[in-house]
Amino acid sequence: MDTEVRIARGIRLGAWYVAEYRIRQMTKWLGEIITVGLGNPIIYLLAIGIGVGSLVDANTGGEGINGVSYITFLAPALLATAAIQAAMDETSFPTLEGFVWNKSFFGMNSTQLTGGQIVDGIMIAAFFRALLTSATYLVVLWAFGAIEPSATPLLFAVASFAGMAFGALMLAATSFVKEDDGFFAIVARFVVAPMFLFSGTFYPLEQMPVFLQWIGWISPLWHSTNFARAVSFGLEVPGWLMILHVAFLTICLVGGVLIARRQFVSRLLK
Amino acid sequence: MIVAKDLRKTYGDFVAVDGIDFQVKQGEAFGLLGPNGAGKSTTMRMIASTSMRSGGVLEILGKDPNSHGPEIRAHLGVVPQQDNLDRELKVWENLYIYGRYFGLSRKFMKNKIEELIAFAQLEDKRNSKTEELSGGMKRRLTIARALVNEPDILMLDEPTTGLDPQARHVLWDRLFRLKEQGVTLVITTHYMDEAEQLCDRLVVMDKGRIMAEGSPAELIKQYSSKEVLEVRFGSSQNQQAARQIEGLGDRTEVLPDRILIYSENGEKILEKIVKLGLSPLTSLVRRSSLEDVFLRLTGRSLAD
Repeated sequence: MDTEVRIARGIRLGAWYVAEYRIRQMTKWLGEIITVGLGNPIIYLLAIGIGVGSLVDANTGGEGINGVSYITFLAPALLATAAIQAAMDETSFPTLEGFVWNKSFFGMNSTQLTGGQIVDGIMIAAFFRALLTSATYLVVLWAFGAIEPSATPLLFAVASFAGMAFGALMLAATSFVKEDDGFFAIVARFVVAPMFLFSGTFYPLEQMPVFLQWIGWISPLWHSTNFARAVSFGLEVPGWLMILHVAFLTICLVGGVLIARRQFVSRLLK
Repeated sequence: MIVAKDLRKTYGDFVAVDGIDFQVKQGEAFGLLGPNGAGKSTTMRMIASTSMRSGGVLEILGKDPNSHGPEIRAHLGVVPQQDNLDRELKVWENLYIYGRYFGLSRKFMKNKIEELIAFAQLEDKRNSKTEELSGGMKRRLTIARALVNEPDILMLDEPTTGLDPQARHVLWDRLFRLKEQGVTLVITTHYMDEAEQLCDRLVVMDKGRIMAEGSPAELIKQYSSKEVLEVRFGSSQNQQAARQIEGLGDRTEVLPDRILIYSENGEKILEKIVKLGLSPLTSLVRRSSLEDVFLRLTGRSLAD
């Protein structure tokens, strides 16, 4: 092929080559990815969905929460959490690796790839991982009878979208990290854990004290969970709020990617 | 291939490259020589189109790297100072992935990978993870990786730093082959012998400026004498002996541990020193090297 044509095509498709690399890297950990992807949902479903669920259902006279059994209420939140975790793993660790651990981004950037393409490639790979995890999780939820088969496609879409939204935020945040000094521990303790606990995951957000509800409003997890509940079991959510959920997640996604692209370029082209 | 005029790079108040001019022609092996912090690596990054210049003119393959980075980089091979191979991936996968970054087809890569593995002499390690390779092997793999796109210019930043002598010679042999094939090489090094071995032409850099330019032989001829006599009197006697020796040769350099006397004939100078009644602990007559050029130009040795 003519060299100039090949180069032009390479420049156009750069993000896909980065994604190809990331997915190849992922295959080295495929066993772990699937084990964690399957293991976590089963543990949560058994411990909380069924364990706590039997208590809740018994104490609500069989009414559960929002008119459905506890496990049905919980399932969309766990699904979104899993997708978020998967996408986050695929955006944050590779970013620190590329800038700090093995400096592979600098290697990429010495080819025709640009910082923006590296960001896009990581996002494509993270999307792939979020899809993989969501699909695995959905099978488990379905086996536990926690979701309606008819809601599966939409749930799949919402969860993966939530993963991408949070993944983009993590990508942007990690792109500013200069060295490996416990960044991930801080994020796990002060961002991920509170988000998981205070986003209406285990009970409706409205049941939390008002002064804590704001956590839900800024949490991609709550926005996706509430949307997913409407899809999954028909939780009544006003139209404007549904739009707000989608808008919030879109802003996270687009904003995160734009910030990350800028920071990648400025960090790579010193 | 490369034209730089009054090229500058500053980071805030710090001036890394302070207005340098040079050109590199096709098929040439061009060296940037100087101590750590001289601005060599910064210059390399600007040529590699991964660092925006702060001032002056820079043209690579007829294009401006500030505006055409990806197009230029598509024609370059870059061997960084620090290996950035993927440790999780196998040797052949590292080459494959890098080729894909350049948009090379899977079919093309199939043959290319075997060719490059042979070039890097890593046939036995083809399916090993990169983390299992020795330092010399990693360098060879990094060089092979930089050749995946059949670059017009191959850039090597301190290619043999940290390697044992044997590994260095293997690497030099590989680089000679590339030179024979007409690949344009741009090399930074703080090793004199490496610059003398590999470079057709070089610039000596210090503190962001170019101190001298020419072929290794020209530089030695211009800035040093044919021979150098090195004598040691023990650190306590050095200063005193130096005063007596001063003027015997063309030029004298007093280092903490030895005295260097530059002249056309080192043995003759040594005879004169002995006649003065001085008896050096050790003496050595050698040919002038780029190390002497650097000492002359900057008043410091490269190791400082």
